[in-house]
Amino acid sequence: MLLLPAAALAAGEAAPFSIPATLVKWTPLIARGFALNIIISFLAMAIGTVLGTFLGLCQISLLPPVRGSSWFVTQFFRNAPWLVLLFYCMLLLPFQIRIGGTVIPLPDWIKATFGLALPVMANMSELVRGAIQSIPYGQWESAEALAFTRRQTLWMIILPQCVKRMLPPWMNLYAILAVATPLCSVVGVSEAMTLTGDALAAIGRHEMLVPMYLYLLSWFFIYCYPIARATTALERRFAVAG
Amino acid sequence: MTWTADQPLVSLRDVHKSFGAVPVLKGISFDVMKGGVVCIIGPSGSGKSTLLRCINALVPIDRGSIRVEGQEVHDPKLDKLALRRKVGMVFQQYNLFPHRTALQNVMMAPIHVLKQDKAAVEARARALIQKVRLAGKEDAYPGELSGGQQQRVAIARSLAMNPDVMLFDEVTAALDPETVKEVLVTIRELAAEGMTCMLVTHEMGFAREIADHIYFTDRGVIVEHGPPKEFFSNARDPRTRQFLSQIL
Repeated sequence: MLLLPAAALAAGEAAPFSIPATLVKWTPLIARGFALNIIISFLAMAIGTVLGTFLGLCQISLLPPVRGSSWFVTQFFRNAPWLVLLFYCMLLLPFQIRIGGTVIPLPDWIKATFGLALPVMANMSELVRGAIQSIPYGQWESAEALAFTRRQTLWMIILPQCVKRMLPPWMNLYAILAVATPLCSVVGVSEAMTLTGDALAAIGRHEMLVPMYLYLLSWFFIYCYPIARATTALERRFAVAG
Repeated sequence: MTWTADQPLVSLRDVHKSFGAVPVLKGISFDVMKGGVVCIIGPSGSGKSTLLRCINALVPIDRGSIRVEGQEVHDPKLDKLALRRKVGMVFQQYNLFPHRTALQNVMMAPIHVLKQDKAAVEARARALIQKVRLAGKEDAYPGELSGGQQQRVAIARSLAMNPDVMLFDEVTAALDPETVKEVLVTIRELAAEGMTCMLVTHEMGFAREIADHIYFTDRGVIVEHGPPKEFFSNARDPRTRQFLSQIL
């Protein structure tokens, strides 16, 4: 056993196998995959935020059918496993869509983005509903007494106050989404997790398993930890400001 | 029927209101003439605040009639915007918009509701802030102002709509004693200028000084009413006497 590396050396092969050097060698590939994780997280967050805000506003609608159905959609997607939603989107969405004469391809990573956007949407919907309901009723009442319409009250008076309250939990939601993006590897998207697996297969050395995945973990940690810190700092600041 | 200034500006007839099974107003009737200053006093939970909220249609009534300048408030086809332009309201908890400065609080409704010209609104808003003795605080946020200052901004905000009648709902009840006076001074000036005012208040000294007419309500009915001098010195009803003896 101990003789093996020595034998390899003696045989005049390339430099001896070193874990750090191997990590460095594969870093560009992992970085490329990680960039896709970030892109997916940004897009899923953007889509989920827009749809979730709309859904959250529907949840406080004065029309019972709108309120009821948006409540149901919110609860349905909030209590669904992310991975199952991901599979559903992969299987149900077509690989391309045709609008008029143009064909828009839907690559796997776009489908996965939609899959992740769904639970973000549902969580966002609850954030919006909760924030609106946390605004004191006196704000609605005084706006109404000043002849603001319900819509004006919502957009000019209630929602601007909600933004501050929603920011920390919204950032928290993003951090959870970012660490959930490797789920996409299960459905075959070439993101960091998939590429790490590919690299390991190419290296073919089992002693690289632990360092390689630890390396990948550290990428996510370095990306997400500052977000968590900023969230805590914001929460503390808002708590003081009242 | 068009309303003329010799008719009551606000007129209530047999107003009933229940919250669920709990009756809050049980047949309230009275009139307020233009330029009149009316104080409504009474124990907590006697429906005073609800009464004010019915007048600008924040709370719908079950039965009876409320007219503001001849316009029936208790009407499904009511133009609420038109009503609320005429009726200003100031609340116990000020309810300023915390994300806007004092000046912006005053300017918002005229700009967005009345669609008035921004420059003209700003000039008027600055004048109103001066009028409530808050010159220099235009750019302060509500959180940076004392309770009394916030309440005066709230009064200015309401006045910016050029209302014909002002409703004050226990506007000094949440204030520190030393800031109560500055708010009362502002209201006194308004009344002196001829603004029609309806106040729900626990400030008996102020009510006696400012009001033309006092209404004492208890358990949803008007127990007794009259000009302040008469009301405070010659209360006839035992309930009124008991209330006054506790509070004075």
